[in-house]
Amino acid sequence: MRVFTAVIAIAAGILVLGGYFLPALADVQTLLLNWAVILAGTAALVGIFNLVSVHSDKIRRQEKGSGYSILLLISLVVTFLFAMILRPDHEAMDIILNGVIIPIEAALMGLLTVSLLYAAIRLLRRRADFMSLVFLVTAALLILGSATLPFGNMPVLGTFIRPWITQVLALGGARGILIGVALGTLTTGLRVLFGADRPYGGN
Amino acid sequence: MNELIIILASAVLLFAITLWKRKSPANLREIPALTRLYRTLGLSIEDGTRLHISLGSGSLLDARGGSALAGLALLRHIAERTSTSDKPSVASAGDPTLGLLTQDTLQAGYQAAAVEELYVPTSGRVTGLSPFGYAAGAMNIMKNENVSANIVVGHFGSEAGLLAEASDRENMILIGASDELSGQSVLFANTQDALIGEELFAAGAYLGAGASHIASLTLQDIMRWFVILALLGGAAAKLIGVI
Repeated sequence: MRVFTAVIAIAAGILVLGGYFLPALADVQTLLLNWAVILAGTAALVGIFNLVSVHSDKIRRQEKGSGYSILLLISLVVTFLFAMILRPDHEAMDIILNGVIIPIEAALMGLLTVSLLYAAIRLLRRRADFMSLVFLVTAALLILGSATLPFGNMPVLGTFIRPWITQVLALGGARGILIGVALGTLTTGLRVLFGADRPYGGN
Repeated sequence: MNELIIILASAVLLFAITLWKRKSPANLREIPALTRLYRTLGLSIEDGTRLHISLGSGSLLDARGGSALAGLALLRHIAERTSTSDKPSVASAGDPTLGLLTQDTLQAGYQAAAVEELYVPTSGRVTGLSPFGYAAGAMNIMKNENVSANIVVGHFGSEAGLLAEASDRENMILIGASDELSGQSVLFANTQDALIGEELFAAGAYLGAGASHIASLTLQDIMRWFVILALLGGAAAKLIGVI
């Protein structure tokens, strides 16, 4: 069975990859990608069942934080029922999205600003080395250089140092990192294509 | 067509290097975060505490799938090693397809350790479908499930800061790697030893996941030299007016 799944996965991978280079395989590639999109949609449903199962277990075992699990399940069921009865494009569903989910995510983003500032302050205590110092000095220079002042950009810092750091040093470094990530992605993809890594069931 | 040549050459090289019998073990440079990860694995088994592996919200249907696959390879190894622990590892994902593969990978790890009966399907979870929703769900695991260390490997943006902050508040070890630049900078500021760039893809080789992982690292080094030579050659050619 494991060999069978591996053969199917490798064949599908090769056909999709081949579709980018060989026009004859383009139709097969589109078909396989469409199947993948349908499966991903089904996986979302399975993911929700998984979420319900995990939180139901927590409530049944009265684990720490199970109050949040009750809240989550009630919200999930109410939202699901509303969406089924009213249809997803109803105004009430927009209110749930724009009035609850988006503000909560925005609040988390706001919390992140504070926690990042706190992390930067503690960085030297956690790791007192040259690179931490470079990181902090660069961040401070960029924040100062981006500051909006009544008289315009901060002289030298805003007009010369900040653009030089972002356009030369940071851009060069970012490209280097992204090339490294791309090479890593390529080799990881090839390992999966060879069947050396099989994240689809089997050893 | 250039892309096809690069892919084919890489495939042939990876295949050849994987099959090549080394006379001595591969000499890997020390990466402090991965040394810490190796130590953390052993400690969690001894202490009877849990590891939480966060795989991020990278979808397998787009370019972010590479980091998700690297995270799954790491999870497979961790699952095998910690499957017999009193508190087996728990993994979270922010994408439904990745969530399914997380469960499958955990089960494969238990099978490899010959303790499949101990596998609990809810140890692989989808905690949210948006990056911040996912982070909020993962923070809940850190707080309430006797977790001693968080291994954050995959596609993370700035939401990694929330996971890092939660780890810090609970005095947990945090080992983090992301393929996203914003995620990397957040993790660099928040962890003792951060994994930068392609180091994310090296974890399997350092944890002894097999010859193919070592071969991957060798291939990455070879490709990197080609890229460096191409960049230098291009710059020199531009300088002398050839291109």
